[in-house]
Amino acid sequence: MQTNGDEAVRTVSLVRHYKLGRSIIRAVDGVSLAAGRGEFIALLGASGSGKSTLLNLLAGLDRADSGAIVVEGKDLATLNSLELARYRRHTVGMVFQSFNLVPNMTLYENVELPMRLAEVRRRDRKARAREALEKVGLSERMKHRPSEMSGGEQQRAALARALVNEPKLLLADEPTGNLDSKTGTEIMDLIQGLNRSLGMTVIMVTHERPLAERYAHRMVFLSDGKLLQEVENKKGAAK
Amino acid sequence: MKLYDMVELAGRNLREAGLRNSLTTLGIGVGVASLVAMVSLGLGLERLFSKQLGRSGLFDSVFVTARQETRALRPGQPAETGPPKPLDDSARKALGEIPDVVEVYSNFTAVGEFRLEAAKPEDSHFSIIGGLPPSARGSEAFDEFQGQFYSSDNSAEVILLAQFARALLGLPQQPQSADQKLTQEQVNQLLGKNLILRYAERSAGPPPPAAGDPAGSSSDTSAFNVVRREQALKIVGVVTNEPYRGMRQGMTSVLLPVSFAESLNMVQPGDVRSLISPTQGKRYNSLTVRVARSKQVPQVEEQIKKLGFTAFSLMDASRGLALAFKILDTFLGIFGSLALVVASLGIVNTLVMAILERRREIGIMKALGASDGDVKRIFFVEAGTMGVLGGSLGVGMGWLIGRIINFGANQYLQRNLDAKPQDFWYVSLWLVIFAVLFSVLVSLFAGLYPASRAARLDPVQALRHD
Repeated sequence: MQTNGDEAVRTVSLVRHYKLGRSIIRAVDGVSLAAGRGEFIALLGASGSGKSTLLNLLAGLDRADSGAIVVEGKDLATLNSLELARYRRHTVGMVFQSFNLVPNMTLYENVELPMRLAEVRRRDRKARAREALEKVGLSERMKHRPSEMSGGEQQRAALARALVNEPKLLLADEPTGNLDSKTGTEIMDLIQGLNRSLGMTVIMVTHERPLAERYAHRMVFLSDGKLLQEVENKKGAAK
Repeated sequence: MKLYDMVELAGRNLREAGLRNSLTTLGIGVGVASLVAMVSLGLGLERLFSKQLGRSGLFDSVFVTARQETRALRPGQPAETGPPKPLDDSARKALGEIPDVVEVYSNFTAVGEFRLEAAKPEDSHFSIIGGLPPSARGSEAFDEFQGQFYSSDNSAEVILLAQFARALLGLPQQPQSADQKLTQEQVNQLLGKNLILRYAERSAGPPPPAAGDPAGSSSDTSAFNVVRREQALKIVGVVTNEPYRGMRQGMTSVLLPVSFAESLNMVQPGDVRSLISPTQGKRYNSLTVRVARSKQVPQVEEQIKKLGFTAFSLMDASRGLALAFKILDTFLGIFGSLALVVASLGIVNTLVMAILERRREIGIMKALGASDGDVKRIFFVEAGTMGVLGGSLGVGMGWLIGRIINFGANQYLQRNLDAKPQDFWYVSLWLVIFAVLFSVLVSLFAGLYPASRAARLDPVQALRHD
């Protein structure tokens, strides 16, 4: 399947079902969605609407039962597990609600981890980690462990880790879910800054509509695994 | 992921659960130690036995006789064709020229009567006389030697068996099984003294004309006279056991340097034959051919047979012994390995526990782009590291256990049996390499299941909010 030159992500009739006992949960049920390069999309919906499942499918952490996902010209369904791992390494950066830093590693080691996986040369790692941490304002805290940092700092560190391999697509799963509103805003400002300065495509899952309205170019509403509505958001785009 | 990154991550993971992993590694160490201790006992015993057997002079020697004799003595053997080659001096020279042969000597046996120079003639003692080659100095019998070895192979010196020395000194005879060793004082009464040997000499020269042979048999050079002779011998040493007992028959209580013994031209039992069938020149009843190493025996034996002589060695018995030791080593190895197998279950347990603990971390790694293979290899490196460390630790412990038990056993033997200290334990370089490799292999095998389980972990499940 082809995408046009400006398209970063396209899904076509994407389906992901789970079996739960005897019943089948249609977590994602025929979602067709496209995101342009540098676009900031918010996936909105109630709990269990399938937005996180969709994000995992886009991240290459999960495989669709049917339909297609094309990210930066790659059809994920055709990739084997090794190629999918390489895709996660180089094309996608992820941020989670619970930060997901490795607790027994220092900040520097956490940010270094994707570079280890991507086999970045040892001597280049330090500079790149420092650069990524500078972008999120944590370059002074490289030797600290996650437990020594606040939630906002941890999420910033997670952002630095997501950035360090210079991915084209940033996937954020409720990035402010565990943060107070002030810190949440800081994080969102950072994400927006990355979106604008690096031209990184951002797809963010959230259930906070105000946040989506404030930052996203487009809001996609999901319900019961189906795409309910897409709303262009001039406010987010204009800001 | 690059190997050094993998090793680094594995190392950090091992350090994180330090106590648990140390205990698991110690478990492997104990397993390897038991393997090393068992196998090194087997190897040590084998070495000890082969060393002792080697020194007995039985396993590095080939006994050579002229063909005919063996056929006559062993009716079961197939008849060998062709005229028998005489076992004479030229044959002895030819045997000495076979590669790897270090020594050829006559199996000298004769009888004589002995008395101390100072003793009355009626205090004479009868004994079988044997000859010792210079290499006999290394025989185990000389471990408990009082005195000195012959100054040369041609000197008129004698080494006595303790039992015979007792008789010479007029001490009460001990039963055969008892310790025959003399006190230093008793030995000093003999050392340096002259022992007078009375023997029968084969004297060359024309025999008196026989009644039925008026023409005489002066052309028969093999004929000889028997003349009674006396020879003074200097006593240089006393041994408790008979050195190079080998194929000698009867108890040989008086031992002379073999060259000197031959030079005396004593009548030997085999000479009776040359009386019956006239032959040319000096013949040996049998010769012993000694090789440098026992594994050269078969080829030397083959060469001797090609020269036209009958050769016999105890190599077959020695081969059987080597096989028996291989079987012993294998069984000891299997028993030793059992502990390692139990230890490997410890690895499985530890790594499965680690998967449960690091579930989220594995999920994060996968989300960041770790492949199934990366995750699997990290677990393998962890298992392998425990194997290497445990293996090295185990080799050290095994060696130490061996040393301690060896020391204890020697103390016991020395106190109770008055035996010399021996090395029952032998840790060879091969055993060390094998033990560490085996430990790594077992550890990797144990890591197989946890590693593949970790690799199969679904990142979505692992990262689900909890």
